[in-house]
Amino acid sequence: MRRVMLIFGATSAIAQATAKRFALQRYEMHLVARAQAKLDEIARDLKVHGATDVFTYVQDIADLDSHQALVDQILERCDVIDIILHAHGVLGTQAEYEKDIRAVADMIQINYLSIVSLNQRLLPFLEKQGRGTIAIISSVAGDRGRASNFFYGSSKAALTAYSDGLRARLLPHGVHVCTIKPGFVASPMTANVKQGPLFASAEQAGLGIEKAILNQSGIAYIPKFWWFIMFVVKGIPDFIFKKLKF
Amino acid sequence: MAEWLSWGRVHRYSHTVRTPNWMSELTPGLFQDSKRFLPGGARRSYGDVCLNRQGLIIDMTSLNRFHAFDQETGVIRADAGATLADVIEISLPRGWFLPVTPGTKWVTLGGAIANDVHGKNHHVLGTFGCHVLQFELMRSDGSKRICSRNENTDLFNATIGGLGLTGIITWVELQLIRVVSPLLDTENILFHGLDEFNQLAKESDEQFPYTVAWIDCMATGSNMARGIYMRGKHAEDVVSSYEKKLWQVKRRVPSVPFEAPEFLLNEWTLKAFNSLYYHKQREQVVARRVSYDPFFYPLDVLNGWNKMYGRRGFYQYQMLLPFGAEDALKDAIACVAHSGIGSSLAVLKRFGDMTSPGILSFPRQGYTLTLDFPNMQHLSWDLMRDLTEIVLRAKGRVYPGKDAFIDRATYQQMFPEWQDFVKYKDPMISSSFWRRVVGDNA
Repeated sequence: MRRVMLIFGATSAIAQATAKRFALQRYEMHLVARAQAKLDEIARDLKVHGATDVFTYVQDIADLDSHQALVDQILERCDVIDIILHAHGVLGTQAEYEKDIRAVADMIQINYLSIVSLNQRLLPFLEKQGRGTIAIISSVAGDRGRASNFFYGSSKAALTAYSDGLRARLLPHGVHVCTIKPGFVASPMTANVKQGPLFASAEQAGLGIEKAILNQSGIAYIPKFWWFIMFVVKGIPDFIFKKLKF
Repeated sequence: MAEWLSWGRVHRYSHTVRTPNWMSELTPGLFQDSKRFLPGGARRSYGDVCLNRQGLIIDMTSLNRFHAFDQETGVIRADAGATLADVIEISLPRGWFLPVTPGTKWVTLGGAIANDVHGKNHHVLGTFGCHVLQFELMRSDGSKRICSRNENTDLFNATIGGLGLTGIITWVELQLIRVVSPLLDTENILFHGLDEFNQLAKESDEQFPYTVAWIDCMATGSNMARGIYMRGKHAEDVVSSYEKKLWQVKRRVPSVPFEAPEFLLNEWTLKAFNSLYYHKQREQVVARRVSYDPFFYPLDVLNGWNKMYGRRGFYQYQMLLPFGAEDALKDAIACVAHSGIGSSLAVLKRFGDMTSPGILSFPRQGYTLTLDFPNMQHLSWDLMRDLTEIVLRAKGRVYPGKDAFIDRATYQQMFPEWQDFVKYKDPMISSSFWRRVVGDNA
């Protein structure tokens, strides 16, 4: 039986780890990213892990106008899509966002708008299919705006709200939406962030996302302990929180 | 400066670590600005072979993708940063297993070659390097060479057991062995004394591919050299496919989150532990069918178990004593028992005569005894000094992948082959180990 997984941002560390888990389960993989050479390295690896086939698409997701053609290209190859994973995103730095509003706009385009746009174009297909899972990688940073990274945090807050709403929107159509909220993950994205005991590996993130998708979780904190940390963070009254610098 | 520790956690040197994420990022530009660098893997070696004090480490663990796997022939090719666990995850469900494996599956292919690792079946299948078909080696000038038994053979032989000093291994091709089951039929047999051990070993090595003994190194007097002899072979019955869990690599294991307090593992607790471990086996012979994971990788059940030794870390000392040096072996065990330090798990095995292509490969035919003990500074150093004297007198050697102690003269006496090796060493690569035992100006 043909099982298909579509990944946007396939060269991200978390996407690679997740792709491996589903390749082991013999999924057919469709990977979208910007660099063909990197996609080729991944494709070769996933085939050895058990993927029945791997198709790659080179596309800059930030270009919203390219989305319809991309989706058309993908749907030409797929008569089913079981799982869609949105794994692309940029972190940037608080300093650059303070200085340059263009950088903020670009970040929001990649982290939020591109995902909304791609989903909107896939919705007709998914509603007709009557099943499937969309997994959206948001972040714990979106749970509450913090002094140290609220530009990035706000893009993820938008993404989380969108994802949660989409879940309700698609429920009657049999399509499930999973909001994935990783904490700190050691990856090229966090290469300049000081590593600490709370950091998880990309591999752990992949295992967590696999479990969340298979269990059809609605909101999944990865690793699970972040649920508790964010519960506390969200509960701190504002008159205290506004004084915190973290 | 990043934290980069070996498994023993004794040496806390500062390192600069750079991690290429794609093969295309692995270029001389990565290390050209440094005086000397060292390729790094999963850091499961104990002493300082994987350390480069004040230097650069090229962390290869993100270069872990697979290239190809032929399910008919059992030949698998992957980036050098892929781990043995990654290999098993792909190969075992298809009826193939590692021909040689060390006591943990969390080592990289590159690291397994660099230390020319060995396992419970050395007497049958030799070392890891015996089953490597070819690999690609990148030198500091950026040149890449494919090394095998037919091509660039000298570099092939120098790199196996070469501790990463000949260049960066980029990808590896390995020949796996056929298995029909992820299970093994095993027997655990109690023994007292080295004579009983040898008797058991002689008959077991002929019938079983996997043999090893755990030995109580803390018992003195009439209990000296008591232990449990373990022997096993792959089960021949095909496991039904719905028992899928048996084939899978357990990636979620409990972790030791922080360094334990130092008093936890001391002479008294270790003596008690050894005693309990020996006595937990009630019968003389216990036969069981077990999964590959607890048989080959008993310590992998607890991630970061090395942190239980606390902030001071611990030493591993593995020696090889040639057959004929039984007295030296008895002396070594007595030395540990009377030292007042305490070895938690001592392992004793007989190596076979299968030679490795590696110039600096450690295993030779004879007895290999592996000990670990907490780092108690002078007490530990005195013990290792005494053990080293015994080993040198018996014309034995020590395993570099574990060593953190021996000096220049000792190493060069134990490994005269270093002089053949040194011409293949890359001029820009060095390790703390190499600087200790030979020096960068050789």
